[in-house]
Amino acid sequence: MSQLVFIAFQDNDNARYLVDAIAEDNPAAEIQHQPAMIRIQAEKRLVINRETMEEKLGRDWDVQEMLIDVISIGGNVDEDDDHFILQWN
Amino acid sequence: MPVKNKKLNLKDKYQYLTRDMAWEPSYQKKEDIFPNESFEGIKITDWSQWEDPFRLTMDAYWKYQAEKEKKLYAIFDAFAQNNGHQNISDARYVNALKLFLTGVSPLEHAAFQGYARVGRDFSGAGARVACQMQAIDELRHSQTQQHAMSHYNKHFNGLHDAAHMHDRVWFLSVPKSFFDDARTAGPFEFLTAISFSFEYVLTNLLFVPFMSGAAYNGDMATVTFGFSAQSDEARHMTLGLEVIKFILEQHEDNVPIVQRWIDKWFWRGFRLLSLVGMMMDYMLPNRVMSWAEAWEVYYEQNGGALFKDLERYGIRPPKYQDVANDAKNHVSHQAWATFYQYGHATNFHTWMPEKDELDWLSQKYPETFDKYYRPRFEYWAKEHAEGRRFYNNTLPQLCQVCQIPTIFTEKDDPTVLSHRQIVHEGERYHFCSDGCCDIFEDEPEKYVQAWLPVHQIYQGNCEGGDVETVVSKYYHINIGEDNFEYIGSPDHKRWLSIKGKQSDDKESGSSQDAA
Ligand SMILES: [Fe+2]
Ligand SMILES: [Fe+2]
Ligand SMILES: [Zn+2]
Repeated sequence: MSQLVFIAFQDNDNARYLVDAIAEDNPAAEIQHQPAMIRIQAEKRLVINRETMEEKLGRDWDVQEMLIDVISIGGNVDEDDDHFILQWN
Repeated sequence: MPVKNKKLNLKDKYQYLTRDMAWEPSYQKKEDIFPNESFEGIKITDWSQWEDPFRLTMDAYWKYQAEKEKKLYAIFDAFAQNNGHQNISDARYVNALKLFLTGVSPLEHAAFQGYARVGRDFSGAGARVACQMQAIDELRHSQTQQHAMSHYNKHFNGLHDAAHMHDRVWFLSVPKSFFDDARTAGPFEFLTAISFSFEYVLTNLLFVPFMSGAAYNGDMATVTFGFSAQSDEARHMTLGLEVIKFILEQHEDNVPIVQRWIDKWFWRGFRLLSLVGMMMDYMLPNRVMSWAEAWEVYYEQNGGALFKDLERYGIRPPKYQDVANDAKNHVSHQAWATFYQYGHATNFHTWMPEKDELDWLSQKYPETFDKYYRPRFEYWAKEHAEGRRFYNNTLPQLCQVCQIPTIFTEKDDPTVLSHRQIVHEGERYHFCSDGCCDIFEDEPEKYVQAWLPVHQIYQGNCEGGDVETVVSKYYHINIGEDNFEYIGSPDHKRWLSIKGKQSDDKESGSSQDAA
């Protein structure tokens, strides 16, 4: 059985960069557009990297800034200064 | 030139500002300070193992929450200034908000109280801080929801006395008793019930597809508070999962206790969500996805991945999960049929779906809708068209545990009502299912005390013996304004005038045979 992790964001301007960064760092992730929200799922693991985000945004970015736009997650969370990871063991 | 202080990294900052703010008591015993930590039988050997993966500290918490609030209230203002209620898909939609304000928002407040209390009960600093932040979040949810809906209260009926109704109205005892049950449990059961079973496993079903649906129906205010609340929920869900892993890792004796709580709270949450299923399938004029589809994604798929992950602790998926999965094709129709019949005793309006809506349901529920539900709904629509809008004047049998009328059917036969009963100390008790009956048998001394609305009416405790008196005097539902059929209601007429249309005078009105 497949074991999907997922993250959902409000469909707003901030999320555009998050989605771009996630798509770049997780090429196998599936991106679903639903009314007012964007849901991204992947097998077992999904990562958001601070470096990629800073590249997309052209400014410093704190990983905890994603707390403003996230709607929901599924998976074990691992966060530090450089990345936010969702995974199933 | 001032030297810029080097920023602490997230892990150190969390350590300094959370764990290091706690202390070991010296002149009082720990058991006396935290007297509720052990009676449930949960064994904690080392609180320092508690993980908060978000490592959120109070300073960061206030910073991000303030930003969320500013965004949210800017949108509320814009919504109100632009008469946003005029741009929703259809005024029938507002009835979902009436149910939300009376059924869900008070639960946010109950969650606030619950977390404020259990935060005090744990001797581990990490757990205390997490509960404290969540208590503040939940208070924010309760407040922002009331603020968002106060705009609708200016233009539509049924939203005027939500807190009062939550404490008294028959169907609102379903959500109320759910949270009261959790709040009267011990601190570890509370976290298993609310943080894990409800928030992690089930609330996506309430807040994600339903709020996306609100957006699809033009309700900018609701989708915004919904998603703003849900941004806190991502943290709450993470807490829920961490709580479970923490308890299970602490001691193997904890495993059977937690399993029993997961079984109980999955079942209670599943029953509670029948209301949400009905809101999605029947109360959103523009539909995003069906209840069954939402259940498949957010329970079967995501819940499946979760319980597979928990296998290594000796935890299995909730008991009666098979019954719940099967019921995804039935519960929304059964719940809507019930509210339709009892529309004289609700603070919101009910109606029969229009032809294209029935077709949508037939298409989304190919196995069940045409066979079991559509003919009944078409019959009721015909009765209504001929001036006989159906209301049921017999009060229903309630389940002693979930407090829902025994309206659900057997897994293997949707033509048979599911009903269980047992005799306990000379009294007979009734249940909607094996799931609820098991919960009672585990703790009969708790559930014999349930305040069941129908029993209370018949015992004369609700300011009158007839439905009309109870509804108006005890519930504060304004008869002829808040209740009855949607077609021809004051809300309907108001909506038609907003849209510049005449009501076609096919009054269903209040000339019905309702009590
Ligand atoms: Fe909440
Ligand atoms: Fe929450
Ligand atoms: Zn029940």
